[in-house]
Amino acid sequence: MTDDDYDYDRAELRKKLDKVDEVPGSAKPNPILTVDRITRRFGGIAAVDVDHLEVQRGSITALIGPNGAGKTTFFNLLTGFDIPDRPQNGGEKPHWEFQGRSLASTSAFRVAREGMVRTFQLTKALSAMTVMDNMLLGSQEQTGEKLSRSMLWPLWRGKEKAIRAKAEDLLGRFKLLEKKDDYAGSLSGGQRKLLEMARALMSDPTMIMLDEPMAGVNPALTQSLLGHIQDLRDRGTTVLFVEHDMHMVRFISDWVIVMAEGKLVAEGKPGHVMQNQAVIDAYLGSHHDQDLGDDSVLDEDFATAVTQEDAELVKEKEALEAYADSVRAQEGDEN
Amino acid sequence: MDVGFYFSTLFTDFGSTALSVITASYVIAAIGLNIHFGFTGLLNIGQAGFVLLGAYGFAITVRFTQNFWLGVVVALVAAVLFALVLGLPTLKLRGDYLAIVTIAAAEILRLLGDNQLLAPFTGGTFGIPGSAFSKPFSALSPFPQNGLFQLGPFNYPLSEGDSWWLRIVAWGIVALSIVVSFLLVRSPWGRVLRGIREDEDAIRSLGKNVTVYKTQSLVIGGLFGAVAGIVNVLATSVSADAMGRTLTFELYTCLLLGGAATVFGPLLGTFLYWLVLVFLRDTIGFWVPSGILSQQQIPQITWIFVGVGLMLLVIFRPQGILGNKKELAFGD
Ligand SMILES: Nc1ncnc2c1ncn2[C@@H]1O[C@H](COP(=O)(O)OP(=O)(O)OP(=O)(O)O)[C@@H](O)[C@H]1O
Ligand SMILES: [Mg+2]
Repeated sequence: MTDDDYDYDRAELRKKLDKVDEVPGSAKPNPILTVDRITRRFGGIAAVDVDHLEVQRGSITALIGPNGAGKTTFFNLLTGFDIPDRPQNGGEKPHWEFQGRSLASTSAFRVAREGMVRTFQLTKALSAMTVMDNMLLGSQEQTGEKLSRSMLWPLWRGKEKAIRAKAEDLLGRFKLLEKKDDYAGSLSGGQRKLLEMARALMSDPTMIMLDEPMAGVNPALTQSLLGHIQDLRDRGTTVLFVEHDMHMVRFISDWVIVMAEGKLVAEGKPGHVMQNQAVIDAYLGSHHDQDLGDDSVLDEDFATAVTQEDAELVKEKEALEAYADSVRAQEGDEN
Repeated sequence: MDVGFYFSTLFTDFGSTALSVITASYVIAAIGLNIHFGFTGLLNIGQAGFVLLGAYGFAITVRFTQNFWLGVVVALVAAVLFALVLGLPTLKLRGDYLAIVTIAAAEILRLLGDNQLLAPFTGGTFGIPGSAFSKPFSALSPFPQNGLFQLGPFNYPLSEGDSWWLRIVAWGIVALSIVVSFLLVRSPWGRVLRGIREDEDAIRSLGKNVTVYKTQSLVIGGLFGAVAGIVNVLATSVSADAMGRTLTFELYTCLLLGGAATVFGPLLGTFLYWLVLVFLRDTIGFWVPSGILSQQQIPQITWIFVGVGLMLLVIFRPQGILGNKKELAFGD
């Protein structure tokens, strides 16, 4: 399943990305996913309002941004789980294509069939089914899933064996093999994240979209999973993932896209993008001017925030006491 | 009072209930409901509608053509169309819509069956007597057409009406239905259904066309319902009021008692349900003086017991007798 267009050599890929402009919506030499004019409003706010975006084929691209930036909504739109707004006053329709095929108004299951498979931020493990059954459902090759063949088990038994072997291999890599006969509902939060990611990989997707894959996964396992994600890339799967942990973003991504309040605010190489003023503004408000990748900043920032909050609480308490005093004084007058 | 007589009556009644064609028809309909509710999580509250449609489709066709197989085909086609009409607009929506639409549609069918305007076909409130459509089925019997056969205390006609022939066919269909449902739900197709029951969006994200699967499930469960309808009316007669909300409620009781999402749950649950009914009827009838409870009141009292029993079941053993607590179809 090798592909001439794909940069199996990561250095080669990085070299190409070096030449890309670090501005929001910049063109990539070999985009696998291209998005144009996609907007989604909830009531008054525009959760997503992206004008143009390209994702480089063969890259590990991180999508970052503060809480509520619209990352999950953006994923939902791209994968058919949500529908973009119609353009107002005769503007052009939203359009996005994956490997040159338009995915606008494609239903969610077809998007997955096209090879673009996603996971969910709020995990969707199938609780009353075993871990193994969860995995087997991830495959798209089991023809026994067709009603017409379902009762004729000789037609699908062989395939079932192959899929099961693949599932065991993946479960092993995700440290879930001993759990294979347990109900998915009995897994911990982090284990469910892992199961969901392993399940998505069962179909050998061309591109995988992970919504906070490492949230709740212990650091030791995170390390090995990061290795696994890079391995995945090296073997031909493009990765787009949402993540809040800047270290992880820095460690594995080739390219970073930053969203804030629904818009793309910056794009660039991981080392650079954190120093971008627009990004710092988006994360911390406009009075900071430091590198976000440096965690002492975040710690300091946290400390300042706590002091500030404390000061505000003290003020509030004083105001309340003053008010209580005045009420008591008034009551005293009336008696 | 003669206790010996009580026990011999009770056991004879148990036996005839266990052999009964009506019991068999309940098992078949409950197997269909199990595919809907137990395996796919479709809240169909109108399974009686499928039973009724099968019954009328079969009875009316055979009544006018005297062709048994044509009647079967019409009944099955009617059930498929009914499933599509109910499913296509609702299966893309949240589960509750299907519940509302199925109960309403089943009621509409029942009212149509009772309607005097359609009486030339349906017989209106009087229904269609078994004699109008049961001949072609009896004619298929390998046994002599006339005559009775006695086995222990059970004495039934060989081929006509509620006969041995019908019993053999009905329980044969039950066996076949269990095999078919086993093969279906243990297959990768059945696995997708169970996945849909757990989380539709997860299944969509894995590239499966959820709407198609739900439609298939609704059609197949509905076909079992229609077959149950045919079996049922061959033993009795067609009457719309026997196939209303009460029937759906009874089918849910059978299913939950045996265990939803299990292959043998519908069979075990239906047996138990009917045996409990017979036990209550015989026991109350025998031991409670008719001055306190008249013959007419006994079924009502039995119903109250059944209702309370269902409530206790759902509260204390929601997975039923055979079910797995971790894989129950409702709640978490
Ligand atoms: N179904 C919805 N109804 C109303 N508002 C919504 C809905 N989904 C998202 N929003 C709003 O859209 C905005 C973007 O939400 P989204 O979940 O995409 O953010 P996010 O970038 O994924 O945040 P996080 O990092 O916290 O996961 C938020 O303001 C949110 O309140
Ligand atoms: Mg999110």
